[in-house]
Amino acid sequence: MTPTIRPAPVRKSVRVAAPAERAFEIFTAGIGRWWPRTHHIGASALETLVIEPREGGRWFERGIDGVECEIGKVLIWDPPSRLVLNWQLNADFTFDPALITEVEVRFIADGKSATRVELEHRDLERLGDRAEAFRQQIDSPGGWEGLLQLFSQSARQTQEQSS
Amino acid sequence: MTNNDVVFMALSDPTRRRVFERLQSGGLPVGEIARGLPVSRPAVSQHLRVLKAAGLVSDRAAGTRRVYHIDPRGLAAIRAWLDQFWDAAMQAYAEEVARSEGGIS
Repeated sequence: MTPTIRPAPVRKSVRVAAPAERAFEIFTAGIGRWWPRTHHIGASALETLVIEPREGGRWFERGIDGVECEIGKVLIWDPPSRLVLNWQLNADFTFDPALITEVEVRFIADGKSATRVELEHRDLERLGDRAEAFRQQIDSPGGWEGLLQLFSQSARQTQEQSS
Repeated sequence: MTNNDVVFMALSDPTRRRVFERLQSGGLPVGEIARGLPVSRPAVSQHLRVLKAAGLVSDRAAGTRRVYHIDPRGLAAIRAWLDQFWDAAMQAYAEEVARSEGGIS
């Protein structure tokens, strides 16, 4: 029997110095300007990211070689307050049309010139089928056992240093 | 990717690590986890909350009790990675907003 595992969603909240309309615009139209350059799924370096501004629109990256790689789709396009995207990258960071996790972003006015932006990435249990491969990729020898050893060692070192 | 602050912090406490290790051979309810540990049951519940927030364990209802599990499929690892990823991404986004808005005025 496999227990049903539901990991908690990843939640982030930042306050940005712009009204909600601008915050929404920079998040979407400007995503190519802020998305971490270190994270791309195409073979070549990242040129830009695009979120097409409509429900059903594509969310994809374009490499400097011109190749476009899908990340997911726009599920809800409701400026300036709400955006829901499908993140369809599996644990190997390849696009999987059968996999759907959701990224919801809410833009909540915080005074006239600031916005609280809350992000939630949910349905992570759906990543489970390939998560084992991912875990091996992230260099944790022997899985949990190795991980625990690592923490025990580091905790011991900390204790020794402080004693 | 190998350094995972959230997971690290969750497991840096020796008692919490023991709570986590108690689950290695299978799912257990809080009462069973607390048995054999030198801390109170509410303290165990608190440790479980931290482990859960780090994505290291999950719980599910089994009748009137909640049973805690280590995620056997490595979901904790990918969740922890996404957690870090979104931290970096949202930080970069907030900086870009500051840069853009600063440029306009």
